[in-house]
This record gives sequence, C-alpha cells and structure tokens, in this order.
Amino acid sequence: MVNLALAWAEEYQRLNPKINISVTGGGTGTGIAALVNATVDIANASREIKSEEKADAMANGVDPLEFIVAKDAIAIIVHPSNPVIELTLQQISDIYSGKINSWNEIGGENRPIVRLSRETNSGTHVYFLEQVLRLGEKDNKTMFSPDTLLLPSSQGITTEVSDNPNAIGYDGLGYVTRAVKMVAVANSDSNSYILPSSATVNDGTYPIARELYMYTDGQPEGIIQDYIIWLFSPGAQEIVDNMGFVPILSQ
Amino acid sequence: MSEKSISRDLYISRIIQACGYSAIIFVLMIFYFLISEGIPTLREVSAQSLFGKIWYPIEGYYGIWPLIAGSLLVTLGATLIAVPIGLATAIFIAEVAPRWLREILKPFVEILAGIPSVVLGFIGLMLMAHYLRVTLDLPTGLTAIAGSILLGFISVPTIVSVAEDALDAVPRSYRDASLALGVTKWQTIWNVTLPAARSGVLTAIMLGIGRTIGETMAVMMVTGNAPVIPNSFASFFAPIRTMTATIAAEMGEVATGSTHYHVLFFIGILLFIITFLVNVTAASVVFRQRKRVERILS
Repeated sequence: MVNLALAWAEEYQRLNPKINISVTGGGTGTGIAALVNATVDIANASREIKSEEKADAMANGVDPLEFIVAKDAIAIIVHPSNPVIELTLQQISDIYSGKINSWNEIGGENRPIVRLSRETNSGTHVYFLEQVLRLGEKDNKTMFSPDTLLLPSSQGITTEVSDNPNAIGYDGLGYVTRAVKMVAVANSDSNSYILPSSATVNDGTYPIARELYMYTDGQPEGIIQDYIIWLFSPGAQEIVDNMGFVPILSQ
Repeated sequence: MSEKSISRDLYISRIIQACGYSAIIFVLMIFYFLISEGIPTLREVSAQSLFGKIWYPIEGYYGIWPLIAGSLLVTLGATLIAVPIGLATAIFIAEVAPRWLREILKPFVEILAGIPSVVLGFIGLMLMAHYLRVTLDLPTGLTAIAGSILLGFISVPTIVSVAEDALDAVPRSYRDASLALGVTKWQTIWNVTLPAARSGVLTAIMLGIGRTIGETMAVMMVTGNAPVIPNSFASFFAPIRTMTATIAAEMGEVATGSTHYHVLFFIGILLFIITFLVNVTAASVVFRQRKRVERILS
C-alpha cells in the first residue's frame, strides 16, 4: 500500500505545490503505532485497526477515525484455453499447497498444474498466503508447495500464464490483461462463484478482496481534511486503478 | 630533465601505483563487509536449519541447500553447453577459418559478449521458455535447462576470446613440424596445438564458469525460482532457484539487520568463496603448466 500512498502524495503535491506530504513505509503495524504515538497525521493500513491498538490509542488520547480509501482484490488467472472456469478457495489452497497436482482433479484436462506466485517480498504474496492458502485461519500453517514458481514481476506471471495451458497464477486485479482468463471464485461449495470486477469487489461478494484504510486522529481538519476529500475524487481513484488496486465506487 | 618534470613524474607514478593497489583494497573491503554482515547468520540460525531443505524466509525457514544445489546444477549445464561450443568456435577461428572470415567472426563474438544479460533473459522468457515447453513437452519452460542454455550463451564469448588468444599464441613451428610428419590438419589441432595451448584453454573455461555462476538477471527471469532440491538428471527440466537470483529478488525488501538480511549476505559469502576457488584453480593450473615448460626449456 506504500506505493499507492506515495503516488497519491506525489500527485497531490503536484496539484498543490505549497503542501508537503512525506510518506514512510514499514507496514500496517508501524503506521498504526505511529498514529497511536501521535507522530503522524495519517496512518495507512491494509487491515482494520485491532481492538487492542484502538485501546492503546484511546489511552494515549488519540481517537482513530477510519476511512476506506481503496480496495485490493486478487484475481486467479489461467490460460484462455483452460476449460476450468470456477474454483473454490479450498481448491485454490489445495492447488498451491501441492495436494492437487493435475487439472483433471478439478474438472480440467489431463495436464500437470504449474503453480505461479509472486516473490516472497511482495505484499500480494503474503496476502495470498494468509487469505487463500491458509483460508484466513490464524493457526493454519499450510505452506506453498516448494515447486511453486516464484516470479519477480506481475509481467512474468502474465507472460507465463498467457503462454502455458498448464499454469495457474494470481495477481492484483488491476494488473490482469486480456491475454489471460480469470477464474470465478467461491467461498465454499455452497456459495456462488463470483468473477472479480470492480463491482463485485465493491459489493463485497468477491472473496479474495480486502479494503485499504487510512486512519486519522478524530475528525480531520484543514489540509488533512482537504487531502482525504481529494482521495475520493475521480482523479485520485484513477491512480488507484493505475497502481493495480480497485477504486472505490461512488454511491 | 627539469626538477618540475621529475616531480610530476613522481606524482603520476604514485597515482598509478595507488590505482594498482586500490584493487586489493576494494577486494579486502568487500570481503570485510560481507563477513561482518553475513557472519551473524551463524549465531542466529542453527547449522541444521541453515543447511536444511526448505527456503521460505518470511516464515523463518533458511535452508540454503536448495539454492546452492540450484546454482551448481545451472552452472554444470551451462558448462556442458558452453565448453564444446566455445572451444569449437575458438578452434575454427584460430585454426580453420580463412583470414577474411576470421575478421568477420571475431567482432561478432565480441558483440555477443556485449549483449546485456537482461536482454538475453527477456528473449529467454518470451521465446525460449515457450519452445522448450512445446518441443520437450514439459509442464513449464521456466526450468534449469533454460537457465543453462542462456548462461551457456553468456559464457561462450568469454571462452572463445580467451581460448582463441591461447591457440593463436602457439608457435607456427609446432604446426609446421606436425604437418611435415604427414598427419592431418585435425590430428595436428587435437594432438599438438590444443595440448600446447592447454593452460590458456583451461583458463578460458574457468573464466567462463566464473561468469556463469555469478550471473543473476537472466537466470532469475527464466529458471522459475522454485527452491526445489535437484535430485536427478530430470531436475534439468524442472524449475530451480539459484543463490544469485535469491539475493537479487529478496535484498530489496528485507529489513536491514534482520536474520533474513544476514542470511542473504551469508549466501553472498558462499558465492564469493565459490568464485574464489574457481579463480584459484584456474590460476594454479596456469602456474603449474608454466613451471613445467620452464623445466623442459632449462
């Protein structure tokens, strides 16, 4: 999320040259801790604030106010000729952990499955590990099958998936191109299969999506308020799209 | 000579001297840096887990064995590809090709040497991976063999230019004497010229191997980077992960001073040791050869 925050800050400073926004990384925990200690005006977070963090903040006289500024969804992609059109989260988890090794086990052709993943340093990798491979369960210790290909870029994943009928990959929804096919995903067998799109991410039906937050200390005022209002403008939400995230749809 | 020009002479020779010593200083500084950042690994990670079979640093699995084996496998494959092609090209250029063809071939080999490896990696990713998968009927083309072929291409120019120089330096009289005995041109090349140039040819091969094991970008793009331990010949046709690709992929995001950071430097130390051993081997081969020649001549 730090890249999105940086892109926003850059664009806002270009539009308002007198205002200076500095952005630092370090992860959600770092950002919220800084808000609790009142050393920052805005904390970016890729998860909701925890109740204990909120309690710490209150004890410190800080009252965190939440804004959902963008959404992030992961699309599961396969070769366009692959007959598989839908998968459950459990099936995707079993594919990536190495329990399912052939496409014919999940209604496809008799082909080996080639698993593609982003490198371990990517935020998308970690999110996929926690939410898909481990199904969001805290004490689930499922690991990626060691033969999972770790590709250094989104480009590498798209290239291999568009070329290789055996491959399955995942990527931020904004990075998906027409050369690959997205798979509809269901929470469990009983639920319906949903294709990722800006609409299904915004109404919360697509299962592999999360919200990206900003927290301020109480109702923001002055330039901070202006900045946050600007974040919801079409120009700022277009940056969200360009960075591979899902823009907030105005209701 | 005036006093001024003598003192200028002194300055210039001092500066040149300093430049000469700087290589030693830089190597020592790099080595010190690697050691100081990498050695904490031995305190933070037990030897058993360090040489374990699983590399998954974000969960604390620091088994470097798959990475070492991956690097060695790709290098072995690249050597098997590059040495025959490189030597054959060098022999052709030095011994067989007519003069005009030699004048064309040599610059082309040098151009090949100058192609950035990331460009070769891109070609490998876009074209070679596809053809390998289709022609060999593999699950994926991003495999060790793809890395070996690319690295072979990267090290061929090194092998060709060094080996060609060595062959060229063999005195004309050796070949004349051999041909005068009535043997064929090929027998002369194989039994006289090549053995006479042996030390230079071995140096060429060693330099080629050194180039191969340290290459990063092209390998990262085409080998799939899956930390699997290769266990048989079939592993050539499966994805692997090399030491260099691991450092390049993970160093950018790692927190300075963390265990993961130290382990990446530790891998750097291992790479340094491996290339150092390759260079020492190359140097000792040349040295031994020279001593024998000197013995015969005296």
